Amino acid sequence: MRTIKFLLQKEFLQIFRNKGMLPIIFVMPIIQLMVLSFAATYELKEVDFAVVDFDQSSTSRQLIERMQATGYFELYGEYTSAGQALDELDKGNVKLVLQIPVHFQRNLNAGESAPINLSIDAVDGSSAGLIQSYTSSIIADFNREKLADVQIMNAAIGNSAGNQKLITMKPVNWYNPDLDYITFMVPGILVVLVSMIGLFLSGMNIVREREIGTIEQLNVTPITKSQFMIGKLMPFWVIGMVDLLIGLSLARFGFHIPFLGSLFTILVIAGIYLILVQSLGLFISTITHTQQQAMFIAWFMMVVFILMGGLFTPVESMPGWAQDLTLGNPVAYFIRIMRMVLLKGAGWQEVYKMVFVLIGIAAGLLGISINRYKKTVS
Amino acid sequence: MASAVHISQVSKSFGAVKALRNISFEVNEGELFGFVGPDGAGKTTLFRILTTLLIPDSGEAKVLGMDVIEDYKKIRPQLGYMPGRFSLYQDLSVEENMKFFASVFGTTIEQNYELVKPIYHMLEPFKNRLAGQLSGGMKQKLALSCALIHKPKLLLLDEPTTGVDAVSRKEFWEMLRMLKEEGITIVVSTPYMDEAKLCDRVALIDKSEILQIDSPGNLTKAFTKALYGIKHPDKYRLINVLKDYEFADSVHPFGEFIHYTDRRGSIDESGLNEYLDSKGLTEANIQSIEPDIEDLFMSLMQPEELHV
Repeated sequence: MRTIKFLLQKEFLQIFRNKGMLPIIFVMPIIQLMVLSFAATYELKEVDFAVVDFDQSSTSRQLIERMQATGYFELYGEYTSAGQALDELDKGNVKLVLQIPVHFQRNLNAGESAPINLSIDAVDGSSAGLIQSYTSSIIADFNREKLADVQIMNAAIGNSAGNQKLITMKPVNWYNPDLDYITFMVPGILVVLVSMIGLFLSGMNIVREREIGTIEQLNVTPITKSQFMIGKLMPFWVIGMVDLLIGLSLARFGFHIPFLGSLFTILVIAGIYLILVQSLGLFISTITHTQQQAMFIAWFMMVVFILMGGLFTPVESMPGWAQDLTLGNPVAYFIRIMRMVLLKGAGWQEVYKMVFVLIGIAAGLLGISINRYKKTVS
Repeated sequence: MASAVHISQVSKSFGAVKALRNISFEVNEGELFGFVGPDGAGKTTLFRILTTLLIPDSGEAKVLGMDVIEDYKKIRPQLGYMPGRFSLYQDLSVEENMKFFASVFGTTIEQNYELVKPIYHMLEPFKNRLAGQLSGGMKQKLALSCALIHKPKLLLLDEPTTGVDAVSRKEFWEMLRMLKEEGITIVVSTPYMDEAKLCDRVALIDKSEILQIDSPGNLTKAFTKALYGIKHPDKYRLINVLKDYEFADSVHPFGEFIHYTDRRGSIDESGLNEYLDSKGLTEANIQSIEPDIEDLFMSLMQPEELHV
C-alpha cells in the first residue's frame, strides 16, 4: 500500500511537471466541447441562393421574401435565364437555384398545381439534403397559406368546391424538442474526451517508461507488476473523471444541456468505462515498444470507434454488418448511455444491460492485458 | 569464502542468436569482479540474468545463494543495479529520484546516508536540478547513489563508465574501491581494458563465451610471448609491412605503437630493423614491452585471424 502511495506521488509529480501535457489535459475538455459543439453542426445558416423568376408576380416575390426571412437563405442574385443561374451553381457561388415558372401566381390562385424547380449543389450530400428539406418546408408553409387564402376567397365567392378541410401534421420531437444539435452532440463529445484520456495517456505513460529505459530500473526494485500498473492507471483514471466533471459542468451551465438523469449514475458508469479504455491502453502498451507505435495504434482504434460509435451518424443507419460490429464497440455503448441518461433521464433499469456489457468487456480486456503485461520482460 | 554469485553452464538465446554459451563463474563475497569485452559480447544479457530480469534457457544461476528464477523476489531487495543506459527519471530532480528509489525499497535517504554520502554530497548542490539536466558524470553518480540507497549486498553495474569523461571515470573507480571497503560485492562490466586492471578479478568475455577468468596480474602473466612495441610515422604502411613479414605472429595497432609478436619468440631487434629498412621504413623505433590485459584479450579473441 505504501509503495502504491509513493508510485502515485511520483506519477502526479511527473504529470504536473509536464509543461506540454498538463495544459492539454485540462484545456482539452473545454476546447473539444467548444469547437466540436459549435463547429460540427448540421444546422444551416445563410446559404446563398439564386433566383430565376419568370413569373415576376406578387406571389413569386412573397415566396422569395419568405425564403430570405427564415435566416437560412440569403439571396445571391436574380437572373433572367436558368443558364446564368446554373453557372453560378457551377462556380460554387450559390448552393441552390430556385426557378419560378410563368403563370405561377395565376395557377396557384386557380387552385391548380404550380411546380417550382429547385437545383441543389449536392457535392456535400448531407448539406444538400438539409437544403432540400429546409426549402421544402418553407415552400410547404407558403403553399398552405396560399391555399387557405384561395379557400377564403372561394368561400367569399360562394364556391364550395375548394372548401375542404386541410390535414396538417405537426411533428413533436421528444427529448430534444427543438432538434438542438448541441444537445445531441455534447454527451457524445464527453465520451470521446474520456476515451482519449483513458486510452492515450495511461497506455502511453507505460510505454514511455519502457522507451526511456526507466522500467529496467523499476523492475529490480521490490515493486510488483500489479503495484506498478495501479500506479500507472489510477492517476489517469482520476484525471479522466475530473475532466468529465469539467465537461459535464460546461454542458450543464455553458450549453444548458438537460440533465434529466442522475449524475451519480453517469459517474459510476464513466468509472467503469474508464477502466475499460485504460485496459485497452494497457494492452496496446504490451504490444508496442515506442510511444509512436502506441500512439498510432491507439489513434487507429479511436477513429474506428468514434466513426462507428454513433457520434456523428446514427448507428441505426449503418449497414447490418456494421451494426453488428458496434456490439463490441465500447464507445457506442457509452455514447448511447450518456444520451439516454442525460437527455431522456434513463435510470438503472434502462441502461443496466449495456453497463453489464461494458463491465464484461472491461473485465476481459483487463484480464488479457494484465496477463500479457506480466509476461513482458522490462 | 562464500560466493555472492554462482553461475554454472548458463546459456541464453534470443531466437537464432546465441547471447550466452555455457557461461560459468563465481564471484566471491566482497570481491570487485569485472567483465571485460567488446560490445555485443553478451555482457548485458548476463547482467540481466543476474538482476533476475531475464530467465536463462539452461544452467544454474544463484545470486546471494538464491536461485534467480525461484527466489527473484527475495533477491531484488538486496541488489543494487545500474543499467547500461541512464534509467532514472529525467523529469524528476536529483532529490526526488533519490527519495523515490529509497521509498520503494522501504527506506529513506537519512537511514543509509552514511553509505551514499561520499557520492551524494557531490550532488547535493544540485539536488533541485532535474536529472535530465545533469552532465554525464553527474548522472552516473546519481545512478550509483540510487542503486546504493537501500544498502544492497551486491552491486551490479553494467558499463557504468561508457560515455563518461576520463576524470569522472577515474573518480568512479575510486568510489567503487571505497564501496568494496564497505563490504559490498561489486560486479562491473566495461569495454575499457584499462579499467580491468582496477578489478580484483576479471573475466574476459567475447562472442557469448568467457575466455578466461583471473586476477589482472595473472592474466598478463599468461601472455608468455615476447612483445615488442614498434613505432614509425607511417603507421599504416608499417602495419602492412609487418603483416607481410615471414616471421610475424601478431600485429595490432595500440595507440601510437604497433604491438608485435614473432613466431621465433624472442628476437634480435636488428634483424627486424633490417627488414623494415629494406621496405623503406627507416628509423623505426623497436622496443621490448610488458604485455597488458588488452594484449592477452586480442590473442585470445580470434586466434585464427591473428596468424598472418
